Amino acid sequence: MGPAVKTTESILHNRNKQLGFIFDNKNVLGFLMIAPAVIYILALVGYPLVLAFIYSVSNITIGSSDFSFVGLKNIQGLIGDFDFKTALYNTIYFTAVSMIIVLVLAKILALILLKDFKGKFVIRTLVLMPYVAPISLGVIGWLWMLDSIYSPINWLLQHSGLFGPDFWPMWLGKPNLAMSAIIAVHVWRMLPLATVIMLAGLTSIPQDIQDAALVDGAGYFRQLFQITIPMMLPIMLVAVLFGIVFTATDIIIILVLTRGGPYGSTQVLVSKAFFTGIDAGDLATGAATALFLFPLLAAVAIFMLRIARRAEVA
Amino acid sequence: MPEVETRGIVKHFGEVKAVDGVDIVSSEEEFLVLLGPSGCGKTTLLRMIAGLEEPSSGDILIGGQVVTHLPPRARGIAMVFQSYALYPHMTISKNIAFPLKAMGMPKENRWQKVEWSASMLGIRHLLHRKPRELSGGERQRVALARALVREPNVFLLDEPLSNLDAKLRASAREELYRFQKEVSITTIYVTHDQVEAMGMGDRIAVMNAGRVRQLDKPDVVYSEPADTFVAGFLGSPPMNLVETQDRIVGFRPECFLPRQMYEGSSDVISLPFKVNRIENLGADRLVYGKLEDRFDDAAVIANLPTSFTNYTVETNQSYDFVVPRSDVKFFDIKTGLRAEPIPL
Repeated sequence: MGPAVKTTESILHNRNKQLGFIFDNKNVLGFLMIAPAVIYILALVGYPLVLAFIYSVSNITIGSSDFSFVGLKNIQGLIGDFDFKTALYNTIYFTAVSMIIVLVLAKILALILLKDFKGKFVIRTLVLMPYVAPISLGVIGWLWMLDSIYSPINWLLQHSGLFGPDFWPMWLGKPNLAMSAIIAVHVWRMLPLATVIMLAGLTSIPQDIQDAALVDGAGYFRQLFQITIPMMLPIMLVAVLFGIVFTATDIIIILVLTRGGPYGSTQVLVSKAFFTGIDAGDLATGAATALFLFPLLAAVAIFMLRIARRAEVA
Repeated sequence: MPEVETRGIVKHFGEVKAVDGVDIVSSEEEFLVLLGPSGCGKTTLLRMIAGLEEPSSGDILIGGQVVTHLPPRARGIAMVFQSYALYPHMTISKNIAFPLKAMGMPKENRWQKVEWSASMLGIRHLLHRKPRELSGGERQRVALARALVREPNVFLLDEPLSNLDAKLRASAREELYRFQKEVSITTIYVTHDQVEAMGMGDRIAVMNAGRVRQLDKPDVVYSEPADTFVAGFLGSPPMNLVETQDRIVGFRPECFLPRQMYEGSSDVISLPFKVNRIENLGADRLVYGKLEDRFDDAAVIANLPTSFTNYTVETNQSYDFVVPRSDVKFFDIKTGLRAEPIPL
């Protein structure tokens, strides 16, 4: 043992005691690195979620400090409520119809955009436009387009002779028309993202397989329904899953265009939860309404992921 | 089984001429190989015969009928792709049945056909599996079974062996060759591998830069190359090509041997050879060196069988090597085409 070795050892020993070197410890550093994410999720997702669950089984309102557990009474009350049933039905209808339309249109658009043609760049940019526009501004634009008096859509259709002189539909003022209008605007908004996902799914199918189907004698529709769509199924299911969750929890279009009216015909669970819990101050019922979707959406998510896994291809 | 014919086929991709005027006629039941380096247009030619690409000009005939503008399904062809292109979401039996389904064949007949085709290729035990559960060799057989199942007039094969590992490739080559002879279906086979071409082809079309350079039997293409490209492409190592006067002189490395090897035969050309490097490859010794005096130190290779043990070569020594006169080929120095011999 020379003196030099001793010196090195003692330097290492002293340095390991210094504060900076606790970061060399994997357990310490790992925890520190992951802490921001954990804190963020706990504080901004976990805590509100737990709070919502607690509220939904309590009698809390914004008007008093009274707080006691009432069990499932809120939910029971909701199930007997006619308005709630309408909202539940509207949510399912709105989600299902707009998802089907989005799927079909996105598929067609993606198939078109897959081909090479002149002006493809312009078309693709235009298709993507609604997605980059601020959604609230876009919907306000639609509010004007669908205005009961000044609707440019009606004006255009009347002046082009498609509508008779006395035909002037109030898009947002009649129950069926209002629901259709909401669905149309939602489709307008969802279409770009869905198209991009479909396009990604389409381009992931090897050219050889498309060629093989052609050589094997498949016509356009056989190829579409027996090769292209089954091979895209996993990615389509992911798109549908996101679409359903996104549609069922969206509030902005309804809040801007109809506020749930007329006569609650466009009221969905989220908007109802907002009006009950925030506007009317009944936090407990609002929370119960909002959480009513939770098991439903969780079930949808699990179901979709199961199918996606089964359809997964090597 | 009908023959395949192309008449003046040209295909441009923008400015690039992928196929530049190809006329070939395959005879019936023939195994015709399109051989060439990558980018020579062989796959494009095959895809045009299949109907997956439309030629810029020219005509394609199958069984004497012009099919240039017909879709693939109307041509009575079947194709095997390099990647096999099996449908990953279908079982093997559904994969094989797909062409029949597309034809509109009733279900009962379909099943019989699938069984027949699968047993031809020895894959009946795999019918209920999915493609991802199969090995490379098994996938290749499924692809063949799918091609065979509707008894096409013509088989088109696009490098079907290149995804197999080297060991499997040799046995797959043998199997594929026997299979083709058994079913007697006119076959056009694309490859860049000259071993596959020489081993399987009834005839080989050697392609380069969009043109067919030579179309003939394997031994003819090998021993009597039509031009310097074919001479330099076939063989491993390829033909030695050296310039002299207005000719390019070519001779195969395995014909370029020490004088002792040709004892008794008188008609040989003497080429003094200075050895630079020796590679022992097991069965062969490749000897790299230069031709001395009249060939301007041109670099050439000699291929000595290792079994020829009583002859040692060493680097930096000169030896008396010879080539039989009949094994020397002459090419025009400008066009690269075969030319009259000149005295050497």
